[in-house]
Amino acid sequence: MELTAEKKLWMYKKMYEIRCFELEVDKLFKANMIWGTCHLSVGEEATAVGAIAALEEGDMITSTHRGHGHCIAKGGKLPQMFAELLGKETGYCRGRGGSMHIADIETGNLGANGIVGGGIPIATGAALASKMKKDGKVTLCFFGDGANNQGVFHESLNIASLWKLPVVYVCENNQYGMSVAFKKSTAAENVADRAAAYNMPGEIVDGNDVEAVYFAVKKAVDRARKGEGPTLVEAKTYRWLGHSKSDANLYRTKEEIEEWKKKCPIKRYRAKLIKEGVATEEELDKIEKEVERKIQEAIEYAKNSPEPSVEDIADGVYA
Amino acid sequence: MAEKLYIEALREGLREELLRDEKVFLLGEDIGIYGGAFGVTKGLVQEFGEERIIDTPISEQAITGIAVGAAIAGMRPVVEIMFFDFLTLAMDQLVNQGAKIRYMFGGKAKVPMVVRAPMGCGTGAAAQHSQSFPGIFAHFPGLKVVMPSTPYDVKGLIKAAIRDDNPVLFAEHKLLYRVKGEVPDEEYVLPLGKADIKRKGKDVTIVAGSIMVIRALEAAKELEKEGIDVEVIDPRTLKPLDMKTIIDSVKKTGRVLIVEDDPVSFGWGAEIAAGIVGSEAFDYLDAPVKRLGGLDIPIPYNPNLERHAVPQVEDIVKAVKDLLR
Repeated sequence: MELTAEKKLWMYKKMYEIRCFELEVDKLFKANMIWGTCHLSVGEEATAVGAIAALEEGDMITSTHRGHGHCIAKGGKLPQMFAELLGKETGYCRGRGGSMHIADIETGNLGANGIVGGGIPIATGAALASKMKKDGKVTLCFFGDGANNQGVFHESLNIASLWKLPVVYVCENNQYGMSVAFKKSTAAENVADRAAAYNMPGEIVDGNDVEAVYFAVKKAVDRARKGEGPTLVEAKTYRWLGHSKSDANLYRTKEEIEEWKKKCPIKRYRAKLIKEGVATEEELDKIEKEVERKIQEAIEYAKNSPEPSVEDIADGVYA
Repeated sequence: MAEKLYIEALREGLREELLRDEKVFLLGEDIGIYGGAFGVTKGLVQEFGEERIIDTPISEQAITGIAVGAAIAGMRPVVEIMFFDFLTLAMDQLVNQGAKIRYMFGGKAKVPMVVRAPMGCGTGAAAQHSQSFPGIFAHFPGLKVVMPSTPYDVKGLIKAAIRDDNPVLFAEHKLLYRVKGEVPDEEYVLPLGKADIKRKGKDVTIVAGSIMVIRALEAAKELEKEGIDVEVIDPRTLKPLDMKTIIDSVKKTGRVLIVEDDPVSFGWGAEIAAGIVGSEAFDYLDAPVKRLGGLDIPIPYNPNLERHAVPQVEDIVKAVKDLLR
């Protein structure tokens, strides 16, 4: 399994895109342009990108409340994403969903989810559909460390393994379920250890190393596609910012946050790509500038988009 | 036209949809070789195989969530929850996921799934296997709620529910499974959202759902002996709710009794009562709107107590007489 230079540069670009997106969202939020709340994934970019890089086009994902990165990596369009966060009619959900409910069924993104663990059986069901239709698709199920203590995690993984469903469970263990440290919430040492209970492989991977995530998930995706059943991959990572917009970070130290910032997945990958001769500083700078330009264009699009009409408030409740 | 049991008509409806559309499949606890706790799916695994009649572990939330995921991905799952009471275990997936997904995603996803569950008391199963509460599901935007009372209706409505592109909660009263009725030999589908006049009459309207339709019809027979002519309306689906048929009937009779199997407090009967008094039928009322329903208690075990927990034929007869007093 080798990664092409093209794929490596795609992964770099996507991680950078997520970082820029999230930081711009943070600014828009502080400027009171985003209503409600949102959960940012700054620091966790390698997990979303590395995992999704292992999928084929047409494969499906389910995402979480911290889902902007998954959507971007899956091919989500930045203008429609910003428009959704600004509550505009042109947003992915016509302004009905907001940050926690962005979905893009056409690209196989079955949606972010406001309920911790809520997407786990949904991904399992999508995989059952693929098995029944024999369409060869794999579903990637993202969830956080908090979700691994929900009952539905247990129910779903048991069933997926029993029925050998083409699904890969990717736990983004960012060390905290809101404010509660993983060690205080979970009796097992690792989420991946729980795979043994479901008779499926459990893999632990450095979630800040995009290639490591890619290779671990690729192996699981290949296994799933061959009909050999699900895998539980645990990517250890860290969220740099607060849980949501109201978080004062009282439950962790500045030192701890700074320590993790040193493991920045984007900086690390940039150094690796230059060292390996995949790209020069200038070439990567150029990619970054292009991303920054596209982000600004997307924000402009969102700002200039129309508000949804109150007359249409009940559109889409029923098919 | 042949006489069939409710359970047979329901099974036929499921079978016809399984034959018609390969995207349709069933999943639930003990629905395979066992045939379902009440025998609804008997014989289907032999005909359609284990890939389409799927026995699941006892995991109501995952089963329901798997149906949501399979539905979004293009299948048409039909879930059996063994007892209506167990729906409480699946609430997140039904209410927060299945029901809300389409709207949350800006109308860009479809969730065509059916969740069937047997409800109601009268079998001595006590509090955790006997409650009827389809009414609460009608309170959740995004769900449809169906509760057929006859063999004819259950077959036509299960087919409609399976073909509908929305999540549908399908409530089957256990005591109805053994009720007989005429079922046409040719294929038919009934619309969701259309009430049915089960008996025409001019003196009093009874709006009843599910098992209470059977009891209301028996009560009507009793009352007929005393010269009281009762009209019985079965909404058949709580959501969408056909208020027009009810309002038209009340305008004709001027008196209405609403009978439900759900606990009467905050029950769906209140919604119908409000719909009547808030409509032009208000001016036609000759007596206050009357309601009967389950007592505000968990269903008790003792057969005599159990019987008194929900309306019986004699309660309906008495309530109609009170209305005419």
